[in-house]
Amino acid sequence: MNHLPLITKREYLNKVKNKSFIIMTFVSPLIMIALGLLIGFLTNLNKNKERIIDVVDESGFAKEIFSDTTSTTKYRILNNIDLVQARVDVEEQEHYGLLYIPKVDSVSQLAKSVKFYSKDTPSLTLIASLESKIEKRLTDINYKNKGFDIEKIKDARISVDIYQESYTGEKTSKLSGGLKLGFGMVSGYLLFMFIIIYGNMIMRSIIEEKTSRIIEVIISSVKPMQLMLGKIFGTSLAGITQFVIWVLLLSVLSIVLSSVFGVNMSEMQNSPQQEMMQEAMKNGDMQQKLSVLLNEIYNLPLANLIVMFLLFFIGGFLLYSSLYAAIGAAVDNETDTQQFMMPIMVPLILAVYVGGFTVLEDPHGTVAQVFSFIPFTSPVVMLMRIPFGVPMWQQIVSVLLLFTTFIGTVWFASKIYRVGILMYGKKPTYKEIYKWLKY
Amino acid sequence: MDNLLVAENIVKKYGDYTALNNVSLTVPKGSIFGLLGPNGAGKTSFLRIINQITMPDSGLVTFDGKPLEQNHVKDIGYLPEERGLYKSMKVGEQALYLAQLKGLTKTEAKERLKYWFDRLEIGDWWNKKVQELSKGMAQKIQFVVTVLHEPKLLIFDEPFSGFDPINANLIKDEILKLREDGATVIFSTHRMESVEELCDHIALIDKSNKILDGKLLDIKKQFKSNTYEIGVSATNENELRTMLDSKFTTSPASFKSIHDDVKMKVQINGTNSPNELFSFLANYGQVNHFTEVIPTASDIFIQSVQNN
Repeated sequence: MNHLPLITKREYLNKVKNKSFIIMTFVSPLIMIALGLLIGFLTNLNKNKERIIDVVDESGFAKEIFSDTTSTTKYRILNNIDLVQARVDVEEQEHYGLLYIPKVDSVSQLAKSVKFYSKDTPSLTLIASLESKIEKRLTDINYKNKGFDIEKIKDARISVDIYQESYTGEKTSKLSGGLKLGFGMVSGYLLFMFIIIYGNMIMRSIIEEKTSRIIEVIISSVKPMQLMLGKIFGTSLAGITQFVIWVLLLSVLSIVLSSVFGVNMSEMQNSPQQEMMQEAMKNGDMQQKLSVLLNEIYNLPLANLIVMFLLFFIGGFLLYSSLYAAIGAAVDNETDTQQFMMPIMVPLILAVYVGGFTVLEDPHGTVAQVFSFIPFTSPVVMLMRIPFGVPMWQQIVSVLLLFTTFIGTVWFASKIYRVGILMYGKKPTYKEIYKWLKY
Repeated sequence: MDNLLVAENIVKKYGDYTALNNVSLTVPKGSIFGLLGPNGAGKTSFLRIINQITMPDSGLVTFDGKPLEQNHVKDIGYLPEERGLYKSMKVGEQALYLAQLKGLTKTEAKERLKYWFDRLEIGDWWNKKVQELSKGMAQKIQFVVTVLHEPKLLIFDEPFSGFDPINANLIKDEILKLREDGATVIFSTHRMESVEELCDHIALIDKSNKILDGKLLDIKKQFKSNTYEIGVSATNENELRTMLDSKFTTSPASFKSIHDDVKMKVQINGTNSPNELFSFLANYGQVNHFTEVIPTASDIFIQSVQNN
């Protein structure tokens, strides 16, 4: 008798009808948005605070360098005051810091003698921006001193944009590189999160069956393997439902919020990188950039991406969830699961790190390649690699390996499951679990 | 076929530990079969094998003439000792689910559940959550779910634990009625008085071995000690006592009597017959009380386990 659909249905309905599940599903997006707003608010709060930097300028360059007044960092040029007095004053007035530009004849000497005094270590971005400002000015002066015409130099500057194309004639670009990376990262992390959240859910629901002692009643009717698979499938479906609702809610809410408050969600999390990107975007024509972006998305091997995403996502989740199921069956309560979580978390985290660093560096390097075949890391790593173009045979071999291993882990997990669900009252050791495999 | 279940030479090992060592049992059709044994003797291991929860390492189980197979789960109803229900599910939903796992269709299950819920007067629990029920209430649901698919073989492991005497009697009557309707019952318990009341066959498992089995009556005959409880209104009590002590093995006895009797338990040895004892006693006065001491299931249990 095949009870798999019946068990799956019960698991699914039981999860979905659960009050805390419903609350989680509908409240989490609200919390996430509230958090986003809060973070945005806090960052802006920090930003709007004026920072005053006093400048003791003996060289006479400062006026030209710090003429920009739009920034929240204000520069106050102190006149007729010596450095020692200025330091005392600035400290008393609790200004952010004191910049000292001495009078040195040689520009190259001057470049090495600029000093900055502050109460605490100043922020890195501030120092970098000061350095670049002074550098630019001094370079200009240096050009002049050496007899170059600055206008001509500016005129002569060339900006290079290499046209990239693969051997097969696919056009690539930095933008598409970023897009590919983005796709890979998003799908990799998504899988990672999914495994952790819903793997745990499967584990808990098996522990619940053990502690409520229903398990023996059930497995006198169905095979343990069927029960385990039913739980995995039912919970996965519930997970997918929740994920889809989250995505829908989040997008609807952000649209509503941004139209109501006129807040752009993406602007809420301003980071230095994003600022730079926005800076870069300003230079070009927005309209044109957008069409290029759409074009790039269109140019990605979308069919391949989607099919492989589904295969690796399903395969990877099933692989790990069968291990979670085995752990759930082996222990009596959640606190005992800790010692068994290690073997699951290590490959998962490894996969995310390899994906995050190695693939980013070189998507087709040896390390990335090897890890995209090992079934425990392949779902994450391969998903990150695929947008950069992985030969079809590699993808197919990796998927086959993944699903073969899945069958292996299900067999392994069901062995542990079969014995574990009937063991009450004590925390098993690895050695005992190894013995169960032979029962 | 007279036997519903035949287990031959069942061996089950967990690693180095042998849970069942060459156990053979025969459960006749229509019997109430008591499976007895101390804690950890291997009873649950045996029941799990019958339910195909675990497989024996060697040995053969035959059910209704055919080797036991997956399809037989619908002919077996099992109420395990470690039993529970999904706490957050409603009673009705849950009963339906468990019934469907045993192969009933949803409509069939609903009909029969209605019948049983009405019969046990628990109809208004349908929409309650299990966590709102008391232990005894949950036990009733479990009982209903066990018998709902009208299995040929019913296996109850400590079915009365958690029940008050009224409900225990109710369940006992239901079990007897199910047997009348043609079911065979395997009944595992430590409560010897219910063995006495219900079982016609028993088997005793101790330390992974079967040490005793057969019809309860036959076993009782086998265990009888030729001891008689006597009550005599003797003219000379002391003389009677001395004479009895010298001729037989005696021990004090107490039972209700309206006479002022000499009360004793007297064991006669193999060569004497009860009649001889009776006429011997009659010499000393009027014999008001003369009954054979029949070993109880409890006596048999203790004696066998201690001797093993």
